Amino acid sequence: MNLKELYQEIILEHGKNPRNLRKTDNFTRDAKGNNPLCGDNVHIYLKLNDNNKVEDISFEGNGCAITMASASIMTDLVRGKEEKEVKEIVTDFLDMIKEKDELNTQLLSEDEKTKLMCLSGVKQYPMRVKCATLSWHTLTSAMNNSKEIASTED
Amino acid sequence: MNIDQIKKEFPIFDNKVQNNDLVYLDSANSSQKPRIVIDRIYDFYSKEFSNVGRSVHYLAVAATNLYEQTRTSVQKYINASDKNEIVFTKGATEAINLVANTFGQKYLDEGDEVLITELEHHSNYVPWHFLRKSKKINIEFAEVNDQGEVTLEEIKKKITDRTKIICVTHLSNVTGAILPIKEIVNFAHSKGIPVLVDGCQGAPHLKLDMQDLDCDFYAISGHKMYGPTGIGVLYAKKKWLEDLPPYQGGGGMIREVKKKGISYGELPNKYEAGTMATAQVIAFNESIKFLEKIGIENIEKHEKELLDYAVELLGKNNSVNIIGNPKNKGGVISFTIEGIHPHDIATILDEDGVAIRAGHHCCQILHEKLGLPATARASFGVYNTKDDIDQLNKSINNCKKIFNLK
Repeated sequence: MNLKELYQEIILEHGKNPRNLRKTDNFTRDAKGNNPLCGDNVHIYLKLNDNNKVEDISFEGNGCAITMASASIMTDLVRGKEEKEVKEIVTDFLDMIKEKDELNTQLLSEDEKTKLMCLSGVKQYPMRVKCATLSWHTLTSAMNNSKEIASTED
Repeated sequence: MNIDQIKKEFPIFDNKVQNNDLVYLDSANSSQKPRIVIDRIYDFYSKEFSNVGRSVHYLAVAATNLYEQTRTSVQKYINASDKNEIVFTKGATEAINLVANTFGQKYLDEGDEVLITELEHHSNYVPWHFLRKSKKINIEFAEVNDQGEVTLEEIKKKITDRTKIICVTHLSNVTGAILPIKEIVNFAHSKGIPVLVDGCQGAPHLKLDMQDLDCDFYAISGHKMYGPTGIGVLYAKKKWLEDLPPYQGGGGMIREVKKKGISYGELPNKYEAGTMATAQVIAFNESIKFLEKIGIENIEKHEKELLDYAVELLGKNNSVNIIGNPKNKGGVISFTIEGIHPHDIATILDEDGVAIRAGHHCCQILHEKLGLPATARASFGVYNTKDDIDQLNKSINNCKKIFNLK
Protein backbone atom coordinates (compact mmCIF):
# COMPACT_ATOMS: atom_id res chain seq x y z
CA MET A 1 0.00 0.00 0.00
CA ASN A 2 1.64 3.17 -1.06
CA LEU A 3 0.33 6.70 -0.85
CA LYS A 4 3.01 7.85 -3.27
CA GLU A 5 1.47 5.62 -5.94
CA LEU A 6 -1.97 7.05 -5.29
CA TYR A 7 -0.89 10.66 -5.10
CA GLN A 8 1.64 10.85 -7.90
CA GLU A 9 2.83 14.31 -8.90
CA ILE A 10 0.75 14.25 -12.04
CA ILE A 11 -2.44 13.54 -10.05
CA LEU A 12 -1.67 16.30 -7.57
CA GLU A 13 -0.93 18.71 -10.37
CA HIS A 14 -4.11 17.93 -12.34
CA GLY A 15 -6.08 17.92 -9.07
CA LYS A 16 -4.84 21.36 -8.23
CA ASN A 17 -5.11 22.83 -11.71
CA PRO A 18 -7.73 20.82 -13.56
CA ARG A 19 -7.77 21.23 -17.34
CA ASN A 20 -11.06 22.00 -19.07
CA LEU A 21 -12.79 23.02 -15.85
CA ARG A 22 -15.34 25.26 -17.52
CA LYS A 23 -18.51 25.05 -19.55
CA THR A 24 -18.35 24.54 -23.32
CA ASP A 25 -20.24 27.13 -25.34
CA ASN A 26 -22.93 25.59 -27.52
CA PHE A 27 -22.37 22.10 -26.17
CA THR A 28 -24.37 19.43 -27.99
CA ARG A 29 -24.54 16.83 -25.23
CA ASP A 30 -24.10 16.84 -21.49
CA ALA A 31 -24.65 14.70 -18.42
CA LYS A 32 -24.37 14.99 -14.68
CA GLY A 33 -22.83 12.39 -12.44
CA ASN A 34 -22.49 12.03 -8.74
CA ASN A 35 -21.12 9.72 -6.13
CA PRO A 36 -23.90 9.60 -3.54
CA LEU A 37 -21.66 8.18 -0.84
CA CYS A 38 -19.21 11.06 -0.78
CA GLY A 39 -21.11 13.84 -2.53
CA ASP A 40 -18.60 14.32 -5.36
CA ASN A 41 -20.26 15.54 -8.53
CA VAL A 42 -19.32 16.36 -12.11
CA HIS A 43 -21.15 17.80 -15.07
CA ILE A 44 -19.66 16.96 -18.46
CA TYR A 45 -20.26 19.13 -21.54
CA LEU A 46 -19.56 17.74 -24.96
CA LYS A 47 -19.54 19.35 -28.37
CA LEU A 48 -19.50 16.93 -31.29
CA ASN A 49 -18.96 18.28 -34.80
CA ASP A 50 -20.67 17.10 -37.99
CA ASN A 51 -18.25 14.19 -38.28
CA ASN A 52 -19.13 13.05 -34.76
CA LYS A 53 -15.73 14.12 -33.51
CA VAL A 54 -15.25 15.69 -30.09
CA GLU A 55 -14.65 19.33 -30.95
CA ASP A 56 -14.68 20.36 -27.32
CA ILE A 57 -15.20 18.76 -23.94
CA SER A 58 -15.27 20.40 -20.52
CA PHE A 59 -16.52 19.77 -17.02
CA GLU A 60 -17.76 21.47 -13.91
CA GLY A 61 -17.93 19.98 -10.45
CA ASN A 62 -16.02 19.37 -7.32
CA GLY A 63 -14.42 16.48 -5.59
CA CYS A 64 -11.19 15.08 -4.25
CA ALA A 65 -7.83 15.19 -6.00
CA ILE A 66 -8.51 11.83 -7.68
CA THR A 67 -11.93 12.85 -9.00
CA MET A 68 -10.66 16.14 -10.34
CA ALA A 69 -7.46 14.71 -11.81
CA SER A 70 -9.33 11.90 -13.51
CA ALA A 71 -11.81 14.30 -15.13
CA SER A 72 -8.97 16.61 -16.11
CA ILE A 73 -6.87 13.92 -17.76
CA MET A 74 -9.89 12.30 -19.41
CA THR A 75 -11.13 15.52 -21.00
CA ASP A 76 -7.66 16.19 -22.38
CA LEU A 77 -7.37 12.74 -23.94
CA VAL A 78 -10.68 12.44 -25.73
CA ARG A 79 -10.64 15.79 -27.49
CA GLY A 80 -10.44 15.24 -31.25
CA LYS A 81 -11.53 11.60 -31.01
CA GLU A 82 -14.54 10.19 -32.82
CA GLU A 83 -17.56 9.06 -30.85
CA LYS A 84 -16.73 5.39 -31.41
CA GLU A 85 -13.14 5.97 -30.35
CA VAL A 86 -14.21 7.73 -27.18
CA LYS A 87 -16.33 4.75 -26.24
CA GLU A 88 -13.40 2.41 -26.82
CA ILE A 89 -11.12 4.51 -24.62
CA VAL A 90 -13.72 4.70 -21.84
CA THR A 91 -14.23 0.93 -21.88
CA ASP A 92 -10.49 0.31 -21.89
CA PHE A 93 -9.95 2.64 -18.94
CA LEU A 94 -12.79 1.18 -16.87
CA ASP A 95 -11.55 -2.38 -17.60
CA MET A 96 -8.07 -1.36 -16.46
CA ILE A 97 -9.37 0.15 -13.22
CA LYS A 98 -11.53 -2.91 -12.61
CA GLU A 99 -9.22 -5.79 -13.47
CA LYS A 100 -6.68 -5.50 -16.27
CA ASP A 101 -3.05 -4.64 -15.61
CA GLU A 102 -2.71 -2.29 -18.54
CA LEU A 103 -4.46 -0.33 -21.25
CA ASN A 104 -4.87 -2.09 -24.60
CA THR A 105 -6.32 0.59 -26.84
CA GLN A 106 -4.31 1.64 -29.89
CA LEU A 107 -6.04 5.01 -29.88
CA LEU A 108 -3.76 6.55 -27.26
CA SER A 109 -0.05 7.22 -27.44
CA GLU A 110 2.32 5.65 -24.94
CA ASP A 111 2.64 9.03 -23.21
CA GLU A 112 -1.10 9.33 -22.90
CA LYS A 113 -1.36 5.79 -21.55
CA THR A 114 1.32 6.51 -18.99
CA LYS A 115 -0.64 9.52 -17.83
CA LEU A 116 -3.80 7.45 -17.45
CA MET A 117 -1.97 4.66 -15.68
CA CYS A 118 -1.15 7.18 -12.93
CA LEU A 119 -4.76 6.69 -11.87
CA SER A 120 -4.26 2.94 -11.41
CA GLY A 121 -3.05 3.58 -7.85
CA VAL A 122 -6.70 3.64 -6.75
CA LYS A 123 -6.91 -0.11 -7.30
CA GLN A 124 -5.31 -0.53 -3.90
CA TYR A 125 -7.96 1.72 -2.34
CA PRO A 126 -11.33 0.15 -3.15
CA MET A 127 -13.25 3.06 -1.61
CA ARG A 128 -11.49 5.46 -3.94
CA VAL A 129 -12.05 3.59 -7.22
CA LYS A 130 -15.31 5.48 -7.65
CA CYS A 131 -13.47 8.78 -7.49
CA ALA A 132 -11.42 7.73 -10.51
CA THR A 133 -14.35 6.39 -12.49
CA LEU A 134 -17.03 9.04 -11.84
CA SER A 135 -16.20 11.32 -14.76
CA TRP A 136 -15.83 8.35 -17.11
CA HIS A 137 -19.29 7.00 -16.29
CA THR A 138 -20.61 10.51 -16.74
CA LEU A 139 -18.91 10.82 -20.12
CA THR A 140 -20.67 7.62 -21.20
CA SER A 141 -23.99 9.15 -20.14
CA ALA A 142 -23.20 12.30 -22.05
CA MET A 143 -22.31 10.31 -25.19
CA ASN A 144 -25.66 8.52 -24.87
CA ASN A 145 -27.24 11.90 -24.17
CA SER A 146 -28.80 10.31 -21.11
CA LYS A 147 -30.97 12.52 -18.98
CA GLU A 148 -30.39 10.32 -15.99
CA ILE A 149 -27.71 11.31 -13.51
CA ALA A 150 -24.77 8.95 -13.84
CA SER A 151 -23.94 7.26 -10.60
CA THR A 152 -21.00 5.34 -9.32
CA GLU A 153 -23.53 3.04 -7.63
CA ASP A 154 -24.74 0.27 -9.93
CA MET B 1 -10.51 7.46 35.47
CA ASN B 2 -7.77 5.36 33.94
CA ILE B 3 -8.08 5.55 30.16
CA ASP B 4 -5.40 2.93 29.52
CA GLN B 5 -7.40 0.54 31.64
CA ILE B 6 -10.65 1.44 29.88
CA LYS B 7 -9.05 1.10 26.46
CA LYS B 8 -7.98 -2.45 27.38
CA GLU B 9 -11.66 -3.34 27.68
CA PHE B 10 -12.02 -2.81 23.91
CA PRO B 11 -10.62 -5.80 21.98
CA ILE B 12 -10.44 -3.80 18.73
CA PHE B 13 -7.39 -1.98 20.08
CA ASP B 14 -5.49 -5.28 20.57
CA ASN B 15 -5.03 -5.59 16.84
CA LYS B 16 -2.99 -3.54 14.41
CA VAL B 17 -4.73 -1.84 11.52
CA GLN B 18 -2.50 -1.96 8.44
CA ASN B 19 0.48 -2.40 10.81
CA ASN B 20 -0.45 0.66 12.86
CA ASP B 21 -2.00 1.13 16.26
CA LEU B 22 -5.60 2.13 15.69
CA VAL B 23 -6.34 5.78 16.38
CA TYR B 24 -10.11 5.66 16.26
CA LEU B 25 -11.60 9.12 15.81
CA ASP B 26 -14.93 8.15 14.29
CA SER B 27 -17.09 7.53 17.35
CA ALA B 28 -19.75 10.02 16.24
CA ASN B 29 -20.31 7.61 13.38
CA SER B 30 -20.22 4.49 15.56
CA SER B 31 -18.35 3.68 18.74
CA GLN B 32 -16.20 0.62 19.34
CA LYS B 33 -17.54 -2.12 21.61
CA PRO B 34 -16.21 -3.21 25.00
CA ARG B 35 -15.59 -6.91 25.55
CA ILE B 36 -18.56 -7.32 27.92
CA VAL B 37 -20.95 -6.27 25.14
CA ILE B 38 -19.37 -8.58 22.59
CA ASP B 39 -19.26 -11.48 25.05
CA ARG B 40 -22.86 -10.92 26.05
CA ILE B 41 -24.04 -11.50 22.49
CA TYR B 42 -21.97 -14.68 22.24
CA ASP B 43 -23.15 -15.96 25.61
CA PHE B 44 -26.78 -15.21 24.93
CA TYR B 45 -26.75 -17.06 21.62
CA SER B 46 -24.65 -19.92 23.06
CA LYS B 47 -26.44 -20.57 26.32
CA GLU B 48 -29.64 -18.60 26.67
CA PHE B 49 -31.22 -18.01 23.31
CA SER B 50 -34.94 -17.97 22.81
CA ASN B 51 -37.39 -15.53 21.33
CA VAL B 52 -39.02 -13.27 23.88
CA GLY B 53 -42.58 -12.55 24.95
CA ARG B 54 -44.25 -15.52 23.32
CA SER B 55 -43.50 -19.03 24.57
CA VAL B 56 -43.80 -20.24 28.16
CA HIS B 57 -40.78 -22.53 28.25
CA TYR B 58 -37.87 -21.85 30.55
CA LEU B 59 -35.57 -20.23 27.97
CA ALA B 60 -38.33 -17.98 26.65
CA VAL B 61 -39.19 -16.72 30.10
CA ALA B 62 -35.54 -16.14 30.99
CA ALA B 63 -34.87 -14.31 27.69
CA THR B 64 -37.98 -12.17 28.19
CA ASN B 65 -36.78 -11.20 31.64
CA LEU B 66 -33.35 -10.24 30.29
CA TYR B 67 -34.92 -8.23 27.50
CA GLU B 68 -37.13 -6.37 29.95
CA GLN B 69 -34.18 -5.78 32.27
CA THR B 70 -32.58 -3.67 29.54
CA ARG B 71 -35.75 -1.63 29.33
CA THR B 72 -35.55 -0.94 33.05
CA SER B 73 -31.83 -0.12 32.81
CA VAL B 74 -32.46 2.37 30.00
CA GLN B 75 -35.34 3.89 31.94
CA LYS B 76 -33.10 4.45 34.95
CA TYR B 77 -30.18 5.62 32.85
CA ILE B 78 -32.17 8.39 31.21
CA ASN B 79 -34.42 8.94 34.23
CA ALA B 80 -37.69 8.31 32.46
CA SER B 81 -40.65 8.15 34.79
CA ASP B 82 -42.03 4.86 33.47
CA LYS B 83 -40.39 1.82 31.93
CA ASN B 84 -43.13 1.69 29.30
CA GLU B 85 -41.84 4.98 27.93
CA ILE B 86 -38.89 3.03 26.52
CA VAL B 87 -39.53 1.56 23.05
CA PHE B 88 -36.84 -0.51 21.36
CA THR B 89 -36.24 0.17 17.68
CA LYS B 90 -33.62 -0.84 15.17
CA GLY B 91 -31.91 2.49 15.66
CA ALA B 92 -32.46 6.20 16.17
CA THR B 93 -33.51 6.46 12.52
CA GLU B 94 -36.40 4.09 13.12
CA ALA B 95 -37.26 5.92 16.33
CA ILE B 96 -37.65 9.20 14.43
CA ASN B 97 -39.51 7.51 11.57
CA LEU B 98 -41.89 6.04 14.14
CA VAL B 99 -42.74 9.49 15.47
CA ALA B 100 -42.92 11.17 12.06
CA ASN B 101 -45.21 8.43 10.80
CA THR B 102 -47.59 8.16 13.76
CA PHE B 103 -47.61 11.80 14.84
CA GLY B 104 -47.87 12.82 11.19
CA GLN B 105 -50.83 10.51 10.65
CA LYS B 106 -52.75 11.81 13.60
CA TYR B 107 -51.79 15.45 14.00
CA LEU B 108 -50.45 16.89 10.75
CA ASP B 109 -52.59 18.35 8.02
CA GLU B 110 -52.08 20.45 4.92
CA GLY B 111 -50.24 23.68 5.67
CA ASP B 112 -49.02 22.57 9.09
CA GLU B 113 -45.38 23.19 9.88
CA VAL B 114 -42.67 21.00 11.29
CA LEU B 115 -39.78 23.07 12.61
CA ILE B 116 -36.35 21.47 12.35
CA THR B 117 -32.87 23.03 12.24
CA GLU B 118 -30.14 23.34 9.65
CA LEU B 119 -27.96 21.19 11.90
CA GLU B 120 -30.16 18.12 11.54
CA HIS B 121 -28.86 14.79 10.38
CA HIS B 122 -30.75 13.43 7.37
CA SER B 123 -32.52 11.04 9.73
CA ASN B 124 -34.26 14.00 11.37
CA TYR B 125 -35.23 15.60 8.07
CA VAL B 126 -36.06 12.90 5.52
CA PRO B 127 -38.76 11.18 7.65
CA TRP B 128 -40.52 14.57 7.93
CA HIS B 129 -39.98 15.24 4.23
CA PHE B 130 -42.17 12.20 3.44
CA LEU B 131 -45.05 14.13 5.00
CA ARG B 132 -44.57 17.00 2.58
CA LYS B 133 -45.93 14.69 -0.10
CA SER B 134 -48.43 12.61 1.81
CA LYS B 135 -49.82 15.38 4.01
CA LYS B 136 -48.73 18.54 2.19
CA ILE B 137 -47.05 19.89 5.29
CA ASN B 138 -44.24 22.48 5.28
CA ILE B 139 -40.84 22.08 6.85
CA GLU B 140 -39.22 25.15 8.35
CA PHE B 141 -35.54 25.39 9.19
CA ALA B 142 -34.14 27.22 12.20
CA GLU B 143 -30.87 28.64 10.92
CA VAL B 144 -27.40 27.95 12.16
CA ASN B 145 -25.34 31.00 13.19
CA ASP B 146 -21.69 31.78 12.40
CA GLN B 147 -20.57 29.77 15.42
CA GLY B 148 -22.32 26.64 14.16
CA GLU B 149 -25.07 26.82 16.78
CA VAL B 150 -28.84 27.12 16.71
CA THR B 151 -30.02 29.42 19.47
CA LEU B 152 -33.25 29.51 21.42
CA GLU B 153 -33.94 32.95 19.92
CA GLU B 154 -33.69 31.53 16.40
CA ILE B 155 -36.11 28.73 17.29
CA LYS B 156 -38.52 31.27 18.80
CA LYS B 157 -38.31 33.34 15.63
CA LYS B 158 -39.33 30.42 13.43
CA ILE B 159 -42.32 29.28 15.47
CA THR B 160 -45.67 30.22 13.94
CA ASP B 161 -49.24 29.34 14.81
CA ARG B 162 -48.93 26.48 12.29
CA THR B 163 -45.93 24.87 14.04
CA LYS B 164 -47.08 21.45 15.19
CA ILE B 165 -43.83 19.85 16.35
CA ILE B 166 -40.20 20.95 16.82
CA CYS B 167 -37.45 18.45 16.02
CA VAL B 168 -33.92 19.31 17.07
CA THR B 169 -30.61 17.61 17.59
CA HIS B 170 -29.17 17.51 21.09
CA LEU B 171 -25.57 17.68 19.88
CA SER B 172 -24.57 18.43 16.30
CA ASN B 173 -22.55 15.65 14.68
CA VAL B 174 -20.73 18.27 12.58
CA THR B 175 -20.10 21.40 14.65
CA GLY B 176 -20.45 19.72 18.03
CA ALA B 177 -22.92 22.40 19.17
CA ILE B 178 -24.96 21.38 22.18
CA LEU B 179 -28.43 22.91 21.87
CA PRO B 180 -30.28 24.43 24.83
CA ILE B 181 -32.86 21.65 24.82
CA LYS B 182 -34.40 22.40 28.19
CA GLU B 183 -35.03 26.02 27.24
CA ILE B 184 -36.35 25.07 23.80
CA VAL B 185 -38.74 22.54 25.35
CA ASN B 186 -39.84 25.03 27.96
CA PHE B 187 -40.67 27.65 25.38
CA ALA B 188 -42.28 25.19 22.95
CA HIS B 189 -44.50 23.82 25.69
CA SER B 190 -45.60 27.32 26.60
CA LYS B 191 -46.98 27.41 23.04
CA GLY B 192 -48.39 23.91 23.30
CA ILE B 193 -45.88 22.45 20.82
CA PRO B 194 -44.24 19.06 21.47
CA VAL B 195 -40.48 18.58 20.97
CA LEU B 196 -38.58 15.64 19.52
CA VAL B 197 -34.86 15.48 20.30
CA ASP B 198 -32.42 13.56 18.12
CA GLY B 199 -30.19 12.24 20.87
CA CYS B 200 -27.78 10.19 18.74
CA GLN B 201 -24.81 12.29 19.80
CA GLY B 202 -26.29 13.41 23.10
CA ALA B 203 -26.86 10.02 24.68
CA PRO B 204 -23.26 8.71 24.48
CA HIS B 205 -21.69 11.91 25.79
CA LEU B 206 -24.07 13.85 28.02
CA LYS B 207 -25.91 13.16 31.23
CA LEU B 208 -29.54 12.50 30.39
CA ASP B 209 -32.57 13.16 32.54
CA MET B 210 -35.82 12.92 30.64
CA GLN B 211 -37.92 14.25 33.50
CA ASP B 212 -35.70 17.29 33.76
CA LEU B 213 -35.40 17.88 29.98
CA ASP B 214 -39.15 17.35 29.70
CA CYS B 215 -39.00 16.69 25.93
CA ASP B 216 -41.78 14.65 24.39
CA PHE B 217 -39.61 12.31 22.31
CA TYR B 218 -35.92 11.45 22.50
CA ALA B 219 -34.25 9.19 19.93
CA ILE B 220 -31.21 7.13 20.93
CA SER B 221 -28.79 5.07 18.88
CA GLY B 222 -27.36 2.00 20.64
CA HIS B 223 -24.30 1.53 18.49
CA LYS B 224 -22.99 5.01 19.27
CA MET B 225 -23.24 4.19 23.00
CA TYR B 226 -20.71 1.34 22.96
CA GLY B 227 -23.61 -1.00 22.18
CA PRO B 228 -24.42 -3.35 19.30
CA THR B 229 -25.74 -2.22 15.92
CA GLY B 230 -29.40 -2.86 15.17
CA ILE B 231 -30.67 -1.39 18.40
CA GLY B 232 -32.04 2.01 19.26
CA VAL B 233 -34.44 3.50 21.73
CA LEU B 234 -37.36 5.82 21.39
CA TYR B 235 -38.14 7.52 24.64
CA ALA B 236 -41.62 9.03 24.47
CA LYS B 237 -43.86 10.39 27.14
CA LYS B 238 -46.46 7.82 28.03
CA LYS B 239 -49.32 10.09 27.02
CA TRP B 240 -47.98 10.12 23.46
CA LEU B 241 -47.41 6.39 23.22
CA GLU B 242 -50.94 5.78 24.45
CA ASP B 243 -52.39 8.42 22.16
CA LEU B 244 -50.57 7.81 18.86
CA PRO B 245 -51.51 4.99 16.48
CA PRO B 246 -49.28 1.92 16.14
CA TYR B 247 -46.34 2.11 13.71
CA GLN B 248 -45.69 -1.33 12.25
CA GLY B 249 -48.20 -4.14 12.33
CA GLY B 250 -47.34 -7.75 13.05
CA GLY B 251 -46.90 -10.30 15.80
CA GLY B 252 -46.41 -9.16 19.35
CA MET B 253 -48.12 -5.79 19.01
CA ILE B 254 -51.72 -7.01 19.02
CA ARG B 255 -54.28 -7.88 21.65
CA GLU B 256 -56.85 -9.64 19.51
CA VAL B 257 -57.06 -10.29 15.80
CA LYS B 258 -60.39 -11.08 14.14
CA LYS B 259 -61.48 -11.06 10.52
CA LYS B 260 -63.54 -8.00 11.22
CA GLY B 261 -61.25 -6.06 13.48
CA ILE B 262 -58.00 -5.90 15.39
CA SER B 263 -57.17 -4.46 18.77
CA TYR B 264 -53.66 -3.52 19.73
CA GLY B 265 -51.52 -4.52 22.67
CA GLU B 266 -50.55 -2.49 25.69
CA LEU B 267 -47.31 -0.56 25.97
CA PRO B 268 -44.56 -1.21 25.23
CA ASN B 269 -45.68 -4.10 22.96
CA LYS B 270 -47.80 -1.77 20.83
CA TYR B 271 -44.67 -0.39 19.17
CA GLU B 272 -42.54 -3.53 19.05
CA ALA B 273 -43.97 -5.57 16.21
CA GLY B 274 -42.26 -8.75 15.09
CA THR B 275 -39.19 -10.39 16.55
CA MET B 276 -36.99 -7.67 17.91
CA ALA B 277 -33.18 -7.53 17.95
CA THR B 278 -33.25 -9.67 21.08
CA ALA B 279 -29.55 -10.38 21.51
CA GLN B 280 -28.66 -6.76 20.81
CA VAL B 281 -31.17 -5.45 23.32
CA ILE B 282 -29.85 -7.81 25.96
CA ALA B 283 -26.23 -6.87 25.17
CA PHE B 284 -27.17 -3.20 25.23
CA ASN B 285 -27.74 -3.60 28.95
CA GLU B 286 -23.99 -4.22 29.25
CA SER B 287 -23.30 -0.93 27.42
CA ILE B 288 -25.44 0.88 29.96
CA LYS B 289 -23.60 -0.85 32.79
CA PHE B 290 -20.29 0.07 31.17
CA LEU B 291 -21.30 3.74 31.00
CA GLU B 292 -22.61 3.67 34.56
CA LYS B 293 -19.43 2.06 35.86
CA ILE B 294 -17.27 4.86 34.45
CA GLY B 295 -19.84 7.56 35.11
CA ILE B 296 -21.13 9.81 32.35
CA GLU B 297 -19.88 12.89 34.20
CA ASN B 298 -16.35 11.48 34.00
CA ILE B 299 -16.77 10.72 30.31
CA GLU B 300 -18.01 14.25 29.66
CA LYS B 301 -15.04 15.70 31.53
CA HIS B 302 -12.56 13.49 29.71
CA GLU B 303 -13.97 14.28 26.28
CA LYS B 304 -14.01 17.99 27.07
CA GLU B 305 -10.33 17.83 27.93
CA LEU B 306 -9.62 16.06 24.65
CA LEU B 307 -11.69 18.61 22.77
CA ASP B 308 -9.90 21.59 24.32
CA TYR B 309 -6.55 19.99 23.61
CA ALA B 310 -7.48 19.22 19.99
CA VAL B 311 -8.95 22.66 19.31
CA GLU B 312 -5.77 24.26 20.60
CA LEU B 313 -3.41 21.94 18.73
CA LEU B 314 -5.27 21.98 15.40
CA GLY B 315 -5.97 25.69 15.81
CA LYS B 316 -2.22 26.28 15.77
CA ASN B 317 -1.79 24.17 12.65
CA ASN B 318 -1.59 26.39 9.56
CA SER B 319 -4.23 25.81 6.95
CA VAL B 320 -6.47 23.76 9.26
CA ASN B 321 -9.85 25.43 9.47
CA ILE B 322 -12.17 24.22 12.25
CA ILE B 323 -15.87 24.41 11.35
CA GLY B 324 -17.90 26.32 13.92
CA ASN B 325 -17.02 27.58 17.34
CA PRO B 326 -20.04 26.87 19.56
CA LYS B 327 -19.90 28.02 23.17
CA ASN B 328 -21.23 24.69 24.30
CA LYS B 329 -19.49 21.98 22.31
CA GLY B 330 -19.21 18.19 22.44
CA GLY B 331 -16.28 16.02 21.32
CA VAL B 332 -16.59 16.57 17.58
CA ILE B 333 -14.22 18.55 15.37
CA SER B 334 -15.03 19.04 11.71
CA PHE B 335 -12.32 20.69 9.70
CA THR B 336 -10.99 21.46 6.27
CA ILE B 337 -7.47 21.99 5.01
CA GLU B 338 -7.07 24.64 2.36
CA GLY B 339 -6.04 22.87 -0.83
CA ILE B 340 -6.77 19.28 0.21
CA HIS B 341 -10.15 17.65 -0.26
CA PRO B 342 -11.49 15.89 2.87
CA HIS B 343 -11.52 12.49 1.11
CA ASP B 344 -7.86 12.82 0.37
CA ILE B 345 -7.24 13.78 4.00
CA ALA B 346 -9.14 10.69 5.18
CA THR B 347 -7.22 8.34 2.87
CA ILE B 348 -3.86 9.74 3.92
CA LEU B 349 -4.71 9.66 7.64
CA ASP B 350 -5.93 6.10 7.27
CA GLU B 351 -2.48 5.07 6.13
CA ASP B 352 -1.26 5.98 9.64
CA GLY B 353 -4.10 4.07 11.30
CA VAL B 354 -6.02 7.27 12.00
CA ALA B 355 -9.71 6.62 11.31
CA ILE B 356 -11.76 9.76 10.68
CA ARG B 357 -14.79 10.46 8.53
CA ALA B 358 -14.90 12.62 5.43
CA GLY B 359 -17.95 13.78 3.54
CA HIS B 360 -21.15 15.56 4.44
CA HIS B 361 -21.80 13.37 7.52
CA CYS B 362 -25.44 12.99 6.45
CA CYS B 363 -25.87 16.76 6.89
CA GLN B 364 -26.10 18.13 3.35
CA ILE B 365 -28.32 21.03 4.40
CA LEU B 366 -25.66 22.25 6.82
CA HIS B 367 -22.83 21.75 4.33
CA GLU B 368 -24.72 23.68 1.69
CA LYS B 369 -25.10 26.50 4.19
CA LEU B 370 -21.40 26.36 4.98
CA GLY B 371 -20.64 26.38 1.26
CA LEU B 372 -18.60 23.22 1.63
CA PRO B 373 -19.37 19.99 -0.22
CA ALA B 374 -17.50 18.02 2.41
CA THR B 375 -15.53 18.27 5.63
CA ALA B 376 -13.20 15.98 7.53
CA ARG B 377 -14.34 15.03 11.02
CA ALA B 378 -12.57 13.70 14.09
CA SER B 379 -14.88 12.62 16.91
CA PHE B 380 -14.01 11.28 20.33
CA GLY B 381 -15.01 8.42 22.56
CA VAL B 382 -14.11 7.38 26.08
CA TYR B 383 -11.09 5.40 24.83
CA ASN B 384 -9.33 8.32 23.12
CA THR B 385 -6.21 9.91 24.54
CA LYS B 386 -4.15 13.02 23.93
CA ASP B 387 -1.70 10.74 22.11
CA ASP B 388 -4.44 10.08 19.57
CA ILE B 389 -4.80 13.79 18.97
CA ASP B 390 -1.04 14.22 18.65
CA GLN B 391 -1.09 11.47 16.03
CA LEU B 392 -3.99 13.18 14.26
CA ASN B 393 -2.00 16.39 14.08
CA LYS B 394 1.10 14.54 12.90
CA SER B 395 -0.85 12.80 10.15
CA ILE B 396 -2.42 16.09 9.08
CA ASN B 397 1.11 17.41 8.68
CA ASN B 398 1.89 14.42 6.52
CA CYS B 399 -1.12 15.29 4.31
CA LYS B 400 0.24 18.77 3.89
CA LYS B 401 3.63 17.36 2.98
CA ILE B 402 2.19 15.04 0.32
CA PHE B 403 0.22 17.93 -1.14
CA ASN B 404 3.23 20.23 -0.97
CA LEU B 405 1.57 22.62 1.48
CA LYS B 406 3.39 24.63 4.10
